Amino acid sequence: MLKKRDDFEDILEERRRSSDLRYALRCYTPTLYRGLVPCKASMLKSIVLQSDHLQYVIKQVSSESGESTEGVSEEASLILDEMAHCLQLSTIRFFAFTLSKAFKRLFRSVCVNEEGIQRLQQAVQEHPVVLLPSHRSYMDFLMMSYLLYTYDLPLPVIAAGMDFMSMKFVGEMLRMSGAFFIRRSFGGDKLYWAVFSEYVKTMLRNGYAPIEFFLEGTRSRTCKSLTPKTGLLNIVMEPFFKGELFDVNLVPVSISYERILEESLYARELLGIPKPKESTSGLLKARRVLSEDYGSMYVYFGHPVSVRSLAEGKINRSQYNLLPRYIPQKPSADTHEFLSDAAFRLVRIQEENMVLKPWVLIATLLLQNPDGLDLSSLAEQTDWLRHLALAFGAFLDWPDHEACSEVVSCSLALHRHLLSVSAGHVQLSVTDVPQVETTPEEAVFHQAVVVLSCASYRNQILHVFLRPALLAMAMQSANSNRKDDVYNGFNFLRKVFSNEFILCPGDSDFEEACYLLMKRGVLQVLEHEIVMSASGHSTLAFLSSVLDPFLQGYQVTPHTQCVAVFSDHKRLILLRFEMSIFCFLCAFVIMASGRLKCYEALSSDLQKNALAAFLRLKAVRKVKV
Amino acid sequence: MNTRASLRRSAKPRRPDPTRAARHRCRRGEVNGVTFRTFIVTLSVGHEHLLSYRPCNIKTGAVYLSRQEIMKWNGWGYSDSRFLFNKKGQAEFTGKRYRLSGLILPSLKDWFEGTFGANLQHKSPATPTVNLSAVAPPNLNEPFIEDLKAAGVAASHDPEDRVFRAHGHCLHEIFALREGRIGRVPDMVVWPSCHSDVEKIVELACKHNVCLIPYGGGTSVSSALECPHEETRSIVSLDTSQMNRILWIDEKNLTAHVEAGIIGQDLERQLNEHGYCTGHEPDSMEFSSLGGWVATRASGMKKNIYGNIEDLVVHIKMVTPRGVIEKSCLGPRMSTGPDIHHFILGSEGTLGVVTEVTMKIRPIPEYQKYGSVVFPNFQQGVACLREVARQRCAPASIRLMDNEQFQFGHALKPQVSSIFMSFLDGLKKFYITKFKGFDPHHLCVATLLFEGDRGKVLQHEKQVYDIAAKFGGLAAGEDNGQRGYMLTFVIAYLRDLGMDYYVIGESFETSVPWDRVLDLCRNVKERIVRECKERGVQFPPLSTCRVTQTYDAGACVYFYFAFNYRGLSDPVHVYEQVEHAAREEILANGGSLSHHHGVGKLRKEWMKESVSGVGLGMLKSVKEYVDPQNIFGNRNLL
Repeated sequence: MLKKRDDFEDILEERRRSSDLRYALRCYTPTLYRGLVPCKASMLKSIVLQSDHLQYVIKQVSSESGESTEGVSEEASLILDEMAHCLQLSTIRFFAFTLSKAFKRLFRSVCVNEEGIQRLQQAVQEHPVVLLPSHRSYMDFLMMSYLLYTYDLPLPVIAAGMDFMSMKFVGEMLRMSGAFFIRRSFGGDKLYWAVFSEYVKTMLRNGYAPIEFFLEGTRSRTCKSLTPKTGLLNIVMEPFFKGELFDVNLVPVSISYERILEESLYARELLGIPKPKESTSGLLKARRVLSEDYGSMYVYFGHPVSVRSLAEGKINRSQYNLLPRYIPQKPSADTHEFLSDAAFRLVRIQEENMVLKPWVLIATLLLQNPDGLDLSSLAEQTDWLRHLALAFGAFLDWPDHEACSEVVSCSLALHRHLLSVSAGHVQLSVTDVPQVETTPEEAVFHQAVVVLSCASYRNQILHVFLRPALLAMAMQSANSNRKDDVYNGFNFLRKVFSNEFILCPGDSDFEEACYLLMKRGVLQVLEHEIVMSASGHSTLAFLSSVLDPFLQGYQVTPHTQCVAVFSDHKRLILLRFEMSIFCFLCAFVIMASGRLKCYEALSSDLQKNALAAFLRLKAVRKVKV
Repeated sequence: MNTRASLRRSAKPRRPDPTRAARHRCRRGEVNGVTFRTFIVTLSVGHEHLLSYRPCNIKTGAVYLSRQEIMKWNGWGYSDSRFLFNKKGQAEFTGKRYRLSGLILPSLKDWFEGTFGANLQHKSPATPTVNLSAVAPPNLNEPFIEDLKAAGVAASHDPEDRVFRAHGHCLHEIFALREGRIGRVPDMVVWPSCHSDVEKIVELACKHNVCLIPYGGGTSVSSALECPHEETRSIVSLDTSQMNRILWIDEKNLTAHVEAGIIGQDLERQLNEHGYCTGHEPDSMEFSSLGGWVATRASGMKKNIYGNIEDLVVHIKMVTPRGVIEKSCLGPRMSTGPDIHHFILGSEGTLGVVTEVTMKIRPIPEYQKYGSVVFPNFQQGVACLREVARQRCAPASIRLMDNEQFQFGHALKPQVSSIFMSFLDGLKKFYITKFKGFDPHHLCVATLLFEGDRGKVLQHEKQVYDIAAKFGGLAAGEDNGQRGYMLTFVIAYLRDLGMDYYVIGESFETSVPWDRVLDLCRNVKERIVRECKERGVQFPPLSTCRVTQTYDAGACVYFYFAFNYRGLSDPVHVYEQVEHAAREEILANGGSLSHHHGVGKLRKEWMKESVSGVGLGMLKSVKEYVDPQNIFGNRNLL
């Protein structure tokens, strides 16, 4: 379980010592893919437009819609113009310079595992590479390109949401640094899908550049990994399935922040304040973040995962033998299952390699003690939790040779805006709000922002505790030691929470939970029974309370939804977006009236997941009116 | 006639020329004398060889009765022809049969050591002679033998005869023989001399429940000749070599009726004497038989003009346990339900013995010309072949070697006789690599063979070279083309050389649609390299391919794969695992299970996947009807 992980190097150290300008203008000679078919960004477009696949779809669309093929081709060409990147080294150099400046102001250090970089160097030469970073901040892809430039690796092309395009100037800058833009939704648009998938595949097949995209699809506002999307994953795997490539290397990258730039923005967004539209002026306004201390940032390049070995024995590639390969084929049920398995595995690798700072432990404890803790007992409990987390395989970056209390007070200092410390007593609270008269609703709102911000740190370590915690909860609710009962309880919880957490299909989660708790001496797993050991009580209590906020949130959700439904008799079905606003309002009302203590139930993310889970479990049903 | 003959001789040097064949014929008597003496000696020694009454009539044939006498018992081809490294460390090819015979090949050693990491100091010599004591005593069916004797069919249970017919040329078969390991072998050998002999044998086999395994040229590479371990009955190898006559030639219809045991080169030579040929030239034609071609759906090098075996046969006669199967007329095409020939073609000895075949023949072509084209890379080469196929203007043969094979071909260049020649070679190399900018590590060569009347050949040649030029191809001369074809015939001998120095390897083939050729070649080659690495092979293997046939809708691809096995405890097992993986890769990339080698026992596991459950069921039900007792029990295919 305990994996050996690589050591980190701080890349900013070098930047603080030497000229940024020289760095930005240095000679850049990346290692290249051995099967590289050299071509320019503009040539790429014509290859895509001439491809058999796209030509086929153009003819199909034209015969279905009655439009002329020229018209459809023109449309395809426009789509491609809107989408395509035009990677330019000069832009990269510009970014290399400005980002160096920015990073030095924002972060104390930017740590990278150099062994991972070496592995990537190897992988890049052998087979086309797909980079799969976790997505917690806008910083992520800027940082990725920055790092690859730093280490003389080929610059990636990045699948980005269309939202950026609307930013004047910046959108074009991103395009020139390798971003290509895709619409958020293009469900039935055959032509769009064809252009998009052919574009990505062409770059992959030619080994043009590493393709980078986010499995989670969007930034996670909660710092929990999101349920991965499989669409793009399918696109990058298909050239392997169809034999066009011998293999594709997938490289999961875990990017973690000691303090996230968008921290309070996210909390507000979760509380129903829409995210500010991406705009250049907004970006300029956000300059003030530059004046704050965001601690350290960690980037861990995982081991390359070969698609070939993932698919070994799971995908029968000869299923593609009977159809010309340019004719698009919907993935079969087997392929679907494989894609989703693979996506979950990759996200779990991302999770496992995510660096955790002491603060996430402290945040976890503070959330469990809304009334605060004494510094000394906080230090003591943090230390206890640290050992538990390590035993469960957490990738904890704990400073060597420092007293626990020292470490705790350092962390508190960095996150002081979420805390109030007085007379040795620490409590989560609002600090930076001017102490003018506030309504009770406003007070609740501000407190909720703090709690949700704090929760986003606790969420970073959830994946470590998740499986044992589900087991702990299952044992609590089973009221029996019979293994079957516990197992059923566990499975029920897994089903309920599968939108919320990254839980893999199959029995591996249960086995893993048992194994971890047994190893820790908390449980004894016998043939038919699971018995708690004498010393295990505190651990189990801690674990089940980790998930408490979620359980409560899920309990509140149907309640609030009922209210929502009753409040509007004419419309029994509400669009999900509206629904969440209603839920939010209702929960808010309940909360303001003091009937609910769990602020996390206010999170629109949680409510959205809960609703999805209930729909999936057929506990609620959509009715069209 | 005279000019024609001389042209052919100069153009086709690799075959034993008539003078050599004649020399050979003179020696034959003595050799047979020796055989006979051996026979008498064994009799007098008092072994239970009283039953051995092999026929002693000598017929005209390149490979005559007692194959063991002129052919290797544990390797490929003629005993007198082999590669070796002489005392100076130079490679040479012995014997007098081939164009390469007696020549020094100065660059082979470097290529050999460099490619495989092999070393001439590290030898892995073969056991020199058959260890007859390792041969299990025969499990004889006495009543069958009695009846057989009464019927007057020649037979033997001499261990050497039996060992010789117990194997084909799969790596594991040859490797075991070299190590002196001998597994299950047939319990006796019978030599029918005509169709009715076969009828008698099959009838007796049914009567006495004996297992029959037909044996033609013994060149199988699919484990088809291996005796099934689970077989408890007496196994009889039915050697067709004595049925080797051309029964008639019909010049009006251009057909010949031939006994199925005839060996390829004999058939061709005898037809040539009448001014005809079949044009069917599989790489194994020096040793493989007509019946074997039919039973495995063989393919010939010049199929673009003459067709594959299924296109060449007009009529087939086969003896099955149910009786004789044949059509009632020699009509060139029929609509009489599914073509019964297609139950026979590719049946791999599971249904019966092909005894006589009526085949199309053609007048010997007036003119033959080799040629070659150099391409900057394999992709361009494949694109050119595809275009040639699209325009349906393929020459008699067109083959494209990849870069590794091109280099291999170079290593087989004999010593240049004059300074002028070596200067010329240098100049050519300079022109292609420096002037034309071809990367010597990417360029590849297509070899060509044109046939027909002179004017048309020259016209055809121009057409093909024009297409090649569009794909960056440069004409590279007749000599290179010829050497390319020679490589085909000697490569089998080279494996034996490799095996003397810890190098093992083999070839396998597939057919694949045009659009997948490049992907399949790349993926299979890479899979081989990767699998070798994973299984602890110390040096990167030789993993190379060539496109050997073009069709309207696809191509035939041939892979060579060899590696240095020093440091491996079970090299054959490693070899088999890698070949298995390579076959899986072929199937996953849209390639077929086999283009012409057949299925045998080696590729049986993929049959269902290849032809569907229903397809396999159909074949099984035919077997069930034709041979309910499983007399033809070699257990191939199904």
